[in-house]
Amino acid sequence: MAMIEISNLSKNFVLHNQGGTVIPVMRDAALSVAPGECVGLIGASGAGKSTLMRMVYGNYLADRGVIRVGDVDVAQAAPREVLALRRATLGYVSQFLRVVPRVPTLDVVAEPLLALGVTREDALGRARDLLGRLNIPERLWPLSPTTFSGGEQQRVNIARGFAHGYPALLLDEPTASLDAANREVVLTLIEEAKARGAAILGIFHDEAARDRVCTRVVDVTRFTPGLAA
Amino acid sequence: MTPLLQVKGLTKRYGARIGCADVSFDLYPGEVMGIVGESGSGKSTLLNCLAGHLEADSGAVMFDTRAEGLRDVRAMSEPERRMLARTDWAFVHQNPRDGLRMGVSAGGNVGERLMAVGARHYGDIRAQAQDWLGRVEIAADRIDDRPTAFSGGMQQRLQIARNLVTGPRLVFMDEPTGGLDVSVQARLLDLLRGLVREMGLSAVIVTHDLAVVRLLAHRLMVMKSGHVVEAGLTDQVLDDPQHGYTQLLVSSVLQA
Repeated sequence: MAMIEISNLSKNFVLHNQGGTVIPVMRDAALSVAPGECVGLIGASGAGKSTLMRMVYGNYLADRGVIRVGDVDVAQAAPREVLALRRATLGYVSQFLRVVPRVPTLDVVAEPLLALGVTREDALGRARDLLGRLNIPERLWPLSPTTFSGGEQQRVNIARGFAHGYPALLLDEPTASLDAANREVVLTLIEEAKARGAAILGIFHDEAARDRVCTRVVDVTRFTPGLAA
Repeated sequence: MTPLLQVKGLTKRYGARIGCADVSFDLYPGEVMGIVGESGSGKSTLLNCLAGHLEADSGAVMFDTRAEGLRDVRAMSEPERRMLARTDWAFVHQNPRDGLRMGVSAGGNVGERLMAVGARHYGDIRAQAQDWLGRVEIAADRIDDRPTAFSGGMQQRLQIARNLVTGPRLVFMDEPTGGLDVSVQARLLDLLRGLVREMGLSAVIVTHDLAVVRLLAHRLMVMKSGHVVEAGLTDQVLDDPQHGYTQLLVSSVLQA
């Protein structure tokens, strides 16, 4: 059975302070991701790849349709059901790192594990392992990532997203702004996640990366209102 | 799971004006609920009605008490409510001076709440006070100083220690980071997040700072003119606001 299953998914943005303008952004989207599979979302910029991903995470509301992740319909779930889903089942590596300032990098990466009740020792061990693999120099671990370079922040974000072995994972441009060596580490992490049975939905502008890790691709242009043939 | 707090149709009027109207929500253990809105939107009225500082006109505030399960706090006797306020509940005021005893030492401020719930052994009380001062990063050698000798950020951290020392299950906070330097604010946010995670604390936090709720609150309610106009997951309400007022609020934030 698919881990992520989307059907009849539609969404409009309504701008109440700009004359109630209605912007249709998604029409009857449908896709599924099985465990161990990595599905790549493709389509021109503005076609709705990130919107679709954000809807799966519950960050954007759906107007209509079903977004089943495991046994939860994100489109219908109460906030605390979505929170529980995000804690244990559904991970998301966004393009931006959002953290409490002044918290050490090591704690930022360990936090998802601590939230799950993993012991501090084990959580920090896993965080060290990932930060090491992603080539974040050890002298930076006790520092807050807010002052790091873009590429370093992106790698901290990835370490945080891979700290817990989520059964379902959303990746928004995980290899953007990375050098060849770190790109290779991230692709290996994705391959490992697939091998342990994670269902992955990703956006990769890096075509070679996409060809390497994606089992198949879905063109979201099919779901873009006014664009579909 | 039983909600820790169940609020139903809570309404408070000031004469003909509405303080807050028909507010309902459930809060579960370990959840942090943020309440945002401009000044005069009713968020502080709501918080004070929840905490029993203001008498609501109608509605129910059901709390999952340790002894008897869900009970309507508004129907409790005054001694019962005071006991609750000393044990399972805590209230962090925006101005630490409202929540601290300014003429009593830092250690005394923390110890006093322990004594209110029956602690009598001086050595134990002082040790616990010391432990909590450490947790909120107040140096051990300041234990005998009065809060008047502390900075605003230290006073706020002392107020939090005083409130949390008895291991409450529910904390009400009114603009807890308001009026603090951003660097102090960040330290406080980290402290609060850690306490929520480690103690399984639930909290209702009133603030007008959207960046603070994004980092601290799991769920968010947006108030306008006494009414809750929108509620949901914090990041969803901030990133995909549905109500015109929320859209205005979110789009009005200056980017640093």
